[in-house]
Amino acid sequence: MLDVTKLEANYEESIILNNVNLQVSKGQVVCLLGRNGVGKTTFLKSIMGLVRTPKGSIKFNGREIIAEPTYFRARQGISYVPQGRDIFPQLSVQENLLLGLEALGGKGSIDETVYDLFPVLKTMLQRKGGDLSGGQQQQLAIARALVAKPKLLILDEPTEGIQPSVIQEIGRVIKQLRQAEGLTILIVEQYLDFAVEVSDYYYVMEKGRIEAKGFTREINKEEIQKLLAI
Amino acid sequence: MGTYLLQIFNGISVSSILILAALGLAITFGLMKIINMAHGEFIMIGAYVTYLMQNQFLHLPKSLFGLYFLLAIPASFIVSGLVGFVLERTVIRHLYNRPLDSLLATWGVSLVLQQLARNIFGAPNVDVKSPGWLDGGLVLSQGLQLPYKRLFIIALVIVCLLSMFLLLYKSKTGRRIRAVMQNREMAESMGINTRRVDAYTFAIGSGFAGIAGCALTLLGSIGSTLGTNYIVDTFMVVVLGGVGTLVGTAAGGLLIGTANTTLEFLTNASLGKVLVFILIITLLQWRPNGLFNISSRSLDD
Repeated sequence: MLDVTKLEANYEESIILNNVNLQVSKGQVVCLLGRNGVGKTTFLKSIMGLVRTPKGSIKFNGREIIAEPTYFRARQGISYVPQGRDIFPQLSVQENLLLGLEALGGKGSIDETVYDLFPVLKTMLQRKGGDLSGGQQQQLAIARALVAKPKLLILDEPTEGIQPSVIQEIGRVIKQLRQAEGLTILIVEQYLDFAVEVSDYYYVMEKGRIEAKGFTREINKEEIQKLLAI
Repeated sequence: MGTYLLQIFNGISVSSILILAALGLAITFGLMKIINMAHGEFIMIGAYVTYLMQNQFLHLPKSLFGLYFLLAIPASFIVSGLVGFVLERTVIRHLYNRPLDSLLATWGVSLVLQQLARNIFGAPNVDVKSPGWLDGGLVLSQGLQLPYKRLFIIALVIVCLLSMFLLLYKSKTGRRIRAVMQNREMAESMGINTRRVDAYTFAIGSGFAGIAGCALTLLGSIGSTLGTNYIVDTFMVVVLGGVGTLVGTAAGGLLIGTANTTLEFLTNASLGKVLVFILIITLLQWRPNGLFNISSRSLDD
């Protein structure tokens, strides 16, 4: 479904990603592991078209999208939950969710099933997004991405800075989405146990390249942990 | 008693004009953070559109003449909006996040537009004859008359404020605009074409300036420098009220307008102006972000 080959990305003059190859098949949950600052977030941003990608190819459902603008990629069915959640602070929870519909051309209405996944949101629809706690914002960001009925969901460190009970809830939701709806998901994560629990396939990134990859069920946790340890 | 009532009315009347002139700026400067020195020229464009509309109606039967003004309001909105759209596409879109450059560039645009107006309409001011149904006034008592023109402008301001509120806070378009202004990257990642939103947001702001110009034709003759007289006041209104809030713009306009007339009434014209500036400076010392600034822990960046 997503096929990235020989991707290079840069900020100004410094190259962040170099010759990155990564594939996500339909229905798969893929996890990208790595230490801080190795280029994981930049990789996700380059899929969304938020950083410059002078070389390489990003194919989504067989279609080359590397030159397309960000909003076009979103409308093709890629939903992005960034690391800082990026909730619109002055908009209400409901308005934040309604913006998820923009990827569908701004039409239609919110699918009520997102409230089944995150019941807490239903109780605070009129509150401002900026007034929610970190965990609630994370749930809102995922729900907002799901409103767009994505083909591919991209999550950037969904467990970062969040209390354990919410991490469990997010893990439960990811598994549910994979099993019930066959949703394809790409997760960037540093928390190895969480990654192993939810994903089918893993990649490990180091200094802007992919250093290791494989099926999660065959993962050698200790070896990977070495790559992640500082 | 009558004098005081008249003073209050004058205060509200001046405020309403300030608010009307500042409404468009509340969008282009308040929301989009563009220092648009050409804002006054959009007011001027609106005024000249009204003048042209009046000239068209001079050829029609006299009984229809009074209607020209009702048509001039939407026409000035549309023409100013279109010019704003073109300006955004050609100049301003290259200057986002470069406030100093945009200040200079839009000032240049303002001079160009003024000269253009002089070339087309001539240097002397032109008169716009107000429609008959706005002549006269509401007589409250001996010596206390509220002119219909002023009342009409106050009503127009209320209608404009309301429609802008509905547009920004209750419509899908407004939701898009606010999303883009709060977090451009994320809005784009949600599937919003942010460049298009920029263009029509700026066009809407310019259009409201055009309506202000249309209303100003009721108060006097118009010329190419009509807008320049308002540019400082409008920026003051937006900054004092709090950048990015509609309520703030209304409050800022009301405060400056009434302070202006009251202090000038109590002292004299020049001292009054000085006192208003002192008042504004003091208020901004106390609340640097304006009277109704947006405060949220999420805006700490």
